[in-house]
Amino acid sequence: MAQLTPRHLVVLIAEEAIESRLTEDAMRLGAHGYSVCEVRGQGSRGVRSGEWEAAKTVRIEILCHEPVAQAIIDHVAAHYFRHYAVVAYVLEVGVLRGEKF
Amino acid sequence: MTIDPIPLFFLLGFFARLARSDLKIPGQLYEALSLFLLLAIGLKGGMELAKVPLGVIAPKAAITLALGVTIPLVAFPILFFLGRLPRADAASIAGHYGSVSAVTFAVALDFLRDRQMAFEAYAPLFLVLLEIPGIMVGILLARLGGGLGTIRWGELLHEVFLGKSVVLLVGGLLIGWLAHAKMASLEPFYFVGFKGALTLFLLEMGLVAAGQISSLKTSGPFLAAFAIVMPLISSLLGIGAAALMELSAGGALLLATLAASASYIAAPAAMRIAIPEANPALSICAALVITFPFNLLIGIPLYHYVITVLWK
Repeated sequence: MAQLTPRHLVVLIAEEAIESRLTEDAMRLGAHGYSVCEVRGQGSRGVRSGEWEAAKTVRIEILCHEPVAQAIIDHVAAHYFRHYAVVAYVLEVGVLRGEKF
Repeated sequence: MTIDPIPLFFLLGFFARLARSDLKIPGQLYEALSLFLLLAIGLKGGMELAKVPLGVIAPKAAITLALGVTIPLVAFPILFFLGRLPRADAASIAGHYGSVSAVTFAVALDFLRDRQMAFEAYAPLFLVLLEIPGIMVGILLARLGGGLGTIRWGELLHEVFLGKSVVLLVGGLLIGWLAHAKMASLEPFYFVGFKGALTLFLLEMGLVAAGQISSLKTSGPFLAAFAIVMPLISSLLGIGAAALMELSAGGALLLATLAASASYIAAPAAMRIAIPEANPALSICAALVITFPFNLLIGIPLYHYVITVLWK
């Protein structure tokens, strides 16, 4: 049976304008990769319909070790929460081929 | 009286969204239409640019750039001193009004073609030249109160000069200019289909603008009034610049419309990065929910009327 390795999954839901900043920051802080998809929804900053450029929202997922996850969310909290629409949370997950993350 | 079909598509989208219809334009189609329109505008401008000597263009280009710098410098004090908006918001909104809306320009182009009015066919060059200066002046106005050193210039210049709309417009201009002699086979795709694509895009803009209408509640009456008065002031500046450039009445209408329009694609993206503390809902409400429909429905016919009187 395939072995699951415990890792942390950082999820950032943010306005698309800062997507490249967030992914670059995550890689610089030790992430080995990330996945991005477009989403839409509603939150404290109103409806983000995703219909046109300024209303686009992305969900960035980063699988990593716990210290990297902590560094990423600390960095996001310090630099982005004040002015940007960002939601951040961390899940503990089991991954296959843990050495990749 | 005949009614132009173009604004009606915008109104269809607008009222469909207000009535909570499930009508939606797929995101990929929106992207494709915007790419098509920007490229077509650039290509046509480039083809015409090739026919005009550089000596004729250069002074006109310089006046256009000066117009792009002037508009936010006029808008900012109105917003900052009269409207008492925070510096960041005033500067960001001023930048949006300094920059331009390519779709508004496309509607004015169609307005002229419909009336068979002559115009300087290289006018898309004005559109390209007006995209950027307003945004840069807006950012500088925000940072002059302190924090000039905090601007990440590399990232900002990348966003401004390599944003989708600038790349497509400048790229189209260059392709049209370089290959102007061999563009005939592309005409059916880019130019015959232009108006149809514009109608679909305006349908989508109607949906989007109506979707943002709740932002009117937070923006307040001052900003709503600004979004109507500012295009009137800017159009006068545009008409003045056009007179200085000795443009035809058609060319003057295009420049006045460009001056009156406000960016809602390039500027919001740049401002989010450069002035994060500015509330994006304010500038989008003013530029997209009020100024864009105003120009479409009232502004362009009004500027046309004024110019027809003045150019007699």
